[in-house]
Amino acid sequence: MIALMLIVAVWPLARSIWFSFTDTNINDIASSEFVGWENYFGEYGLFFNPHEDGGFWASDWGTSVRNTFSFAIVSVILETLTGLGVALLLNQEFKGRAWVRTAVLVPWAIPTIVSAKMWGWMLNDQFGVINAYLISWGLISQKIAWTADPTYALWAVVLVDVWKTTPFMALLILAALQTVPKDCYEAAHVDGVHPLRVFWKITLPLIRQPLLVAIVFRLLDSLRVFDLIYVMTANSSSTISMSGFVRREMVEYGNMGFGAAASTSLFLIIFLTAIVFLRVARVKLSQDNP
Amino acid sequence: MINRSKWATAFIYLASICVVLVSVYPFVYAVSTSLKSGTALFNTQLLPSDADLRNYRALFEGAQPFGRSLLNSIMVALLTVSLALLMGVTAAYALGRIRFKGKGLLLVCILSVSMFPQVAVLSGMFELIQSLGLYNKAIGLVLPYTIFTLPFTVWILTTFMRELPIELEEAAIMDGCGPLRIIFQVFMPLLWPALVSTGLLAFIGAWNEFLFALTFVINDTERTVPVAISLIAGTTAFEIPWGTIMAGSVVVTVPLLLLVFFFQKRIVSGLTAGAVKG
Repeated sequence: MIALMLIVAVWPLARSIWFSFTDTNINDIASSEFVGWENYFGEYGLFFNPHEDGGFWASDWGTSVRNTFSFAIVSVILETLTGLGVALLLNQEFKGRAWVRTAVLVPWAIPTIVSAKMWGWMLNDQFGVINAYLISWGLISQKIAWTADPTYALWAVVLVDVWKTTPFMALLILAALQTVPKDCYEAAHVDGVHPLRVFWKITLPLIRQPLLVAIVFRLLDSLRVFDLIYVMTANSSSTISMSGFVRREMVEYGNMGFGAAASTSLFLIIFLTAIVFLRVARVKLSQDNP
Repeated sequence: MINRSKWATAFIYLASICVVLVSVYPFVYAVSTSLKSGTALFNTQLLPSDADLRNYRALFEGAQPFGRSLLNSIMVALLTVSLALLMGVTAAYALGRIRFKGKGLLLVCILSVSMFPQVAVLSGMFELIQSLGLYNKAIGLVLPYTIFTLPFTVWILTTFMRELPIELEEAAIMDGCGPLRIIFQVFMPLLWPALVSTGLLAFIGAWNEFLFALTFVINDTERTVPVAISLIAGTTAFEIPWGTIMAGSVVVTVPLLLLVFFFQKRIVSGLTAGAVKG
């Protein structure tokens, strides 16, 4: 049973890696030739392409790698902070807390496509509500094309992602906060410790493990981002993500072999990032965590 | 409970109001937009002056079969959930109860598969779907969805399974129950809460998936709703029918919001079980 599961899951991956060494076209999968490392390091390969004037980072693939990492790092940092803030708030006892918690879940429940469209509409350059408010408050003097202007587009996407995933972070952190024994806080209060110090010295170390697990989850999830960027910025070259690049090559241009090479590289990049992160943060994923 | 100063209390309420506003406002604005039509759309006020359901009518009577997409999504999501739960319970029983070598490693593998980039298997999955004759059929999406939900389902069900008393199983074995009967007649009734949690999360996952749905299906009649929404287009290329798009968004989101409100506790426990106990 489990063996069968593994085979079904591993087979497509194995085939994808195989395709990356061939010149397969999506319209005719059966006829393909083995081309070795051509897709990776060849003349028109992903890496070391001599036809690219500006070097690796100017190529579409290089841009997509850079976009994905800036997106992932910035949005994970921001949503950890906002999530932590919301979790600390929800951990307080006050009237109407249940209502606030329900409201916080709303962004999480909204499908990614819908939130992309919704924010796309709110951030619309001509008729968007955000530009209208910012102008009436005098914060900006001209309407800004948030999703079309390459200077802002990626950060607009980050904003939406942070909005959408803060609830997830907040819930995980809240669950961790609730495992912190009340006595700790009471003892600190009796000793007259400053609340900020309590947070740094008691709360943070005690929730460190679950917090890091949540960050790993989100980091890996945001490195494979596709739908949000695809819908919000129409997958323009300036904001394309690694997943978007793979799909474009494979499906729209039909270069399945080349796309597979990109997807295999993406897989390795994410895998390495995960390992490095787990090593640095010393997270244990085994079941005997405290 | 520790007593708070007046300022701290005021701050908490103020922060709560901000959090609620930021979380809810975009959706409320989407609902409001979906009720506007014509030039009222370009007015940013929250309450539409003359609300009507024209956009919703346009959505279901338009060139794209949105009703059909909705049915496709429901079918695909329900099938995925039932398959994932059925296989998940069986696998979780093996992982949570039966001792064998390399179990910890296997669990970590399963978890890493669920964090796997979908795009890495896109070409392989494309070939598989095509060779099975499932290309361009909504039902074909059940296969990749199940593969991607299953690890998560197994992971959560395993953590719940471990908490069940082992005496129960021993008693069942003494009474001569086979493994399948243990799973379905002894554990299933006790696992209901966990099944609801994981089922809901799997449902939401399948309902929202975009990449596979966009790639493996070409015909309008076989599309699922997320793709259908992303493809709603106006009569000309330069006119985006925001009203209709928002109407579609509301239709897709409302069922999920209802699920989340009614099963809030279950969903939260499912989400946190994987990470905190894991």
